Amino acid sequence: MTDIEIKHHLTDALLMAYSAGNLPEAFSLTVATHISMCDECRARLGAFDAMGGAMVERCETVDMSVGSLEATMQRIRAAGAPPATAPRRKNGLPQPLQDYIGGDLDAVKWRSVGMGVKQAILPTSRAATARLLFIPAGAAVPDHGHRGTELTLVLQGAFVDEVDRFGPGDIEVANEDLNHTPVADIGADCICLAATDAPLRFRGLIPRLAQPFLRI
Amino acid sequence: MKPTTDRKRKENEDWVACIARIRDAQDEAAFARLFGHFAPRVKAFLMRSGADATLAEECAQEVMATLWQKAHMFDPSRASAATWIFTIARNRKIDALRKQKRPEPEDLPWGNEPEPDQADVLALQEESDQLGDAIAALPEKQRVLIEKAYFSDLSHSEIADQTGLPLGTIKSRIRLALDRLRHAMK
Repeated sequence: MTDIEIKHHLTDALLMAYSAGNLPEAFSLTVATHISMCDECRARLGAFDAMGGAMVERCETVDMSVGSLEATMQRIRAAGAPPATAPRRKNGLPQPLQDYIGGDLDAVKWRSVGMGVKQAILPTSRAATARLLFIPAGAAVPDHGHRGTELTLVLQGAFVDEVDRFGPGDIEVANEDLNHTPVADIGADCICLAATDAPLRFRGLIPRLAQPFLRI
Repeated sequence: MKPTTDRKRKENEDWVACIARIRDAQDEAAFARLFGHFAPRVKAFLMRSGADATLAEECAQEVMATLWQKAHMFDPSRASAATWIFTIARNRKIDALRKQKRPEPEDLPWGNEPEPDQADVLALQEESDQLGDAIAALPEKQRVLIEKAYFSDLSHSEIADQTGLPLGTIKSRIRLALDRLRHAMK
């Protein structure tokens, strides 16, 4: 997946938390999907994993129980041959995302949220929410701020907001300080994967009323 | 510094060879050596992440069993043995302690690739040692926060609550630590 030029990458804090295993599932899914598209962030993740390895190496030790090695050998014998690894996808959305959709884009169960915008919430743990967003060419997602962190990864098309233009593979990391109105590029419909750890805060009255119903 | 580094490098190469012997010959003696070194570290890692001794023991056994079963997927040109074992232990932690799935990027970096080039393997193992030394040389205040980030299953704001340090201080100390490590790895 090196045929696209990615300009907006993951932050050190997100890569470190993903490597340490401390992100909510919805964020891990978004990070894993970006890394599937971005060789640069994959290499950076390798460095953070190496830090984890160095931590384990210099970690204190806790004695294993008596007979632990033999018990482990029994586990190995009982388990037999390892299961074959699943075949990887040939095209379409990155594999981690397809695992959550249960297929490619054509398998997404969209729900309209008004003004042509559609969403599909993906099944993750409740600590954060992951959703696919479909924004028709030229349409806008209502102006909103964030209480927590919002990650928005472009899968197809592009959007523009107060910060920059975001194309396929680009990820925007937004926090409390950012109020933005993402607008899909006029050329094509935009499909994003968005993860939030707190409800979005809409600035107009109508979207805020709708918020509990939309689960945005 | 130098003699320690040489000794550690030899140790790293030994671990790589042990995993290869498990892959090629189901060598139980090689496994016992890896087990003796890494299982008590994995157990400590899991206990610092919140597991009690019983759960940590069970998970550490599972992690080591996974090492045996996936020995053919280990690529020493991309990770040291310690790094690879860390990723297995981390995934077990998410699964067993946090009851969550862990979405992984596609094409696992240590996926069925041709035999890696020996020069790449040596370079990677050497860099792993350098990184370990650089972490050991970090100022105490910075190192403690990095350890907490990896070991204690806490977000930055939870670390702030636990240590009483302002969130901004935690973020800037971690950033300083990463800058130092990058400089040391140049």
